[in-house]
Amino acid sequence: MNKHSDNHIVPYRLYIQVLAGLIVMTILSVAITKINLDTLTVFAAILLASIKSALVLTFFMHLKFDNKLLQILVISVFLLVALVLFITFLDYNFR
Amino acid sequence: MSNLNAVSFREEQGRYKGIFAWIFSTDHKRIGLLYLYSIVSFFLIGVLLGAAMKLELLAPGKTVMDPATYNAIFTLHGVIMIFLVVVPGLPAVFGNFMLPIMIGAKDVAFPKLNLLSWWIYVFGAIIALSSLFMGGGPPDTGWTFYAPYAFKTNTNMLPAVLGAFILGFSSILTGINFIVTIHRLRAPGMTWFKMPLFPWTLYGTGWIQILATPIVGITLLMIVGERVLNIGFFDPALGGDPILYQHLFWIYSHPAVYIMILPAMGAISEIIPTFANKSIFGYKAIVISTLAIAFVGYFVWGHHMFTSGMSGTALYTFSLLTFIVAIPSAIKVFNWVGTLHKASIQLETPFFWAASFLFVFMIGGLSGLALGALATNVHLHDTAFVVAHFHFIVFGGVGFAFMGAIHYWFPKIWGRMYNTRIATSGWIIFFIGFCTLYLPMFFLGVTGMPRRYYDYVENFHGPNIVSTIGSWVLILGLVIILTNLIRSAYKGEKAGKNPWGGRTLEWTVDSPPTLENFEEIPVIDRGPYDYRKNPES
Repeated sequence: MNKHSDNHIVPYRLYIQVLAGLIVMTILSVAITKINLDTLTVFAAILLASIKSALVLTFFMHLKFDNKLLQILVISVFLLVALVLFITFLDYNFR
Repeated sequence: MSNLNAVSFREEQGRYKGIFAWIFSTDHKRIGLLYLYSIVSFFLIGVLLGAAMKLELLAPGKTVMDPATYNAIFTLHGVIMIFLVVVPGLPAVFGNFMLPIMIGAKDVAFPKLNLLSWWIYVFGAIIALSSLFMGGGPPDTGWTFYAPYAFKTNTNMLPAVLGAFILGFSSILTGINFIVTIHRLRAPGMTWFKMPLFPWTLYGTGWIQILATPIVGITLLMIVGERVLNIGFFDPALGGDPILYQHLFWIYSHPAVYIMILPAMGAISEIIPTFANKSIFGYKAIVISTLAIAFVGYFVWGHHMFTSGMSGTALYTFSLLTFIVAIPSAIKVFNWVGTLHKASIQLETPFFWAASFLFVFMIGGLSGLALGALATNVHLHDTAFVVAHFHFIVFGGVGFAFMGAIHYWFPKIWGRMYNTRIATSGWIIFFIGFCTLYLPMFFLGVTGMPRRYYDYVENFHGPNIVSTIGSWVLILGLVIILTNLIRSAYKGEKAGKNPWGGRTLEWTVDSPPTLENFEEIPVIDRGPYDYRKNPES
């Protein structure tokens, strides 16, 4: 648990790289709407948004440096949301 | 320190006096009791509404009220009982009071947040019930607020929906508080698998409260958006999808059933080993099944929607998952029964409640499997069978566990003992009333009586009479139980620290506990139900 309070010096370069990645993905998520992906449209938007959230959580919110238990809990929550979405689409995609 | 601990939390002089000493107190025990008094008050209103419905169903045609009033009453009954009584129920009352003591802490992790959650609860309740006093009257949609009717009714939908939305925040705050408390404030030596089962179930519940409640919150806001701003989310006339509403509603409301039932199972897991004088059978299996219920419970919401027009793939998936979620519940039941095997059982009132919990919970659970199967569901959907089923689970499961818990922890909370003969008589009458009230509804449902109808054909008359008489017997039992408990809280015999011979930490502190519960935080070196070493009690 003490690990949480440890200081982690993260180089600015990494933050800038992550920021660049986030901007690229934002542009990509707008650009992708021009392509007709049919039933995968929503999936593509959610996928990109999830990758962006994962980057923010991992680097900006320091989850990468947090203790294992918290990492597992956060990953489980995302897995849960993914499963809920997946099951919901078992209805919409097969109607 | 010793000075602080000299008096019980009730006699403790804080900054405020009188009622303010309660409503501004951040002591987890006082907040637990604030919840208890609020919840019991709402429960009694809900019971009266339920009794009014049963009175209307005493005979076909109009008996005591018109159809519109009946619709409003069953909606209010549902809203009050679900959002104001059973969802906060055990976690808010016994969770708040007992959790810190059971894990060896002085309070919850965020005491002020805890008080705030009670205030939000009261505020949400006032908003939800304000529709009663507005022109147009309370909503008549049923507690599920199904689209598209919820957007067309002229009754006051918005206060009820906003009230439920606000109540959600209270639930989330309680969940966060409990999870952090369990992670951070367990006594030294209390590893995860040395934690009693009631805190374990509160932990599972906390996660559901945090993760599922926001979904219903946003859904209820979407209703507001649709009604006020005409945005087409759910109304087909505006390009929305009504089934999406059902999905979003039940993505929360099914896990909410586990918010209700998990702590109930936790309370039963505390009562049974104490009165069996025996270690609980399969502690780890119960812990794992608690977490499994909390997890799998997220994925079964569609079984409320089998006749809604969902895709076949979704139907099979939800039916299969529903059967899977029954497994961990059954594991718990086997473990409780296993604990009783060859036990030297103390036949006291809390045990009677726990034993009858097993009985009614099994009936509720097994009838749930009939509803979880696709073919039978088509026949039984929206009939009185469903009403009987969920009352066996929610009232039978949660209600009986709540009654068991209050009789179990009564000496700890009030420091006095109740009259056990009257308490047991109350239990017998309540139990008979409960079965007489709800069992006929299974038969009515199978023979085709729809739920939420104020009228019925002559064929259904007999079982409806029996059911209504059952409601009177149940209320008689309830009056006996409450009168006994209220009288005993003032005049009962003084209770010692450990009147039942329990092994968990709350039985090592004073009755009622002092402000900070423990003079010294205990160091834990044994499991929570260790009856073999027979430590001093």
